[in-house]
Amino acid sequence: MVNRSNEPFLWALFSAGGVLAAFFLPVLLFLYGLAFPLGWLNPPTYQETLELVQYPLARLTLFLICSLSLFHWAHRFRFTLDDGLQLKHLNKLIGVCCYGTAIVGTTTAGYLLWHFP
Amino acid sequence: MKISPAHRQYHPKWYRPQISTYWWSHEWPYLKFMLRELSSVPVAFFVVIILLQLWSLREGRESYLEFQQWLKNPVLIILNGLSFIFVLFHTITWFNLAPKAMVIRWRGKRVPNLLISSPNYVAWVVISGLVILLLTRQG
Repeated sequence: MVNRSNEPFLWALFSAGGVLAAFFLPVLLFLYGLAFPLGWLNPPTYQETLELVQYPLARLTLFLICSLSLFHWAHRFRFTLDDGLQLKHLNKLIGVCCYGTAIVGTTTAGYLLWHFP
Repeated sequence: MKISPAHRQYHPKWYRPQISTYWWSHEWPYLKFMLRELSSVPVAFFVVIILLQLWSLREGRESYLEFQQWLKNPVLIILNGLSFIFVLFHTITWFNLAPKAMVIRWRGKRVPNLLISSPNYVAWVVISGLVILLLTRQG
């Protein structure tokens, strides 16, 4: 399933995901993981969040962040297990699990963001 | 050519040194490499949080507010705090890798690393500022 010829394509997804994760995740994680729950900053209301996510550009951005970041994870995690923990003999299984998870996540993101009530 | 797996008396003994599973833990550069690769786990973790949040947003006001309440759980705050450190580590190492992945020459000379990585940092600060302005309410 995962063979050599897929490598450049998977690497492109990994790299695009790395860029998006680098630019967007620190600030989002800071806001939703720390600043809002701890009351440092005022979160948007339910209505405001809903209106924001109804913009197609916001949904597209969120979709790309979710999907590509997961492919970024899949690629790095796969090689961490393969080389870091020397599980090369499980290469195929690890590849299927990692990229499979990314595909499931992408499908979920697509389903959630395709159209918003 | 025919390769036969027949017995040979003086078969060469392969040189295969045993490498410890924890080879990366002995030296800082290797450990740093491993931590950088593992920063992808908090990245995936936070994507899951985003997806759950979107799910709750679709369900309606009740469920969205419940989710925001859930994010105040101390366990989640600690997990998110740790993830934040890892994600910052990802960002910094990623931008510092940019000049290595992308060698630019100008008038026959290599453009210094700092000139390639610093626009990334500037863009990062601008994007983060815009996202904060967009998502926080004043007052």
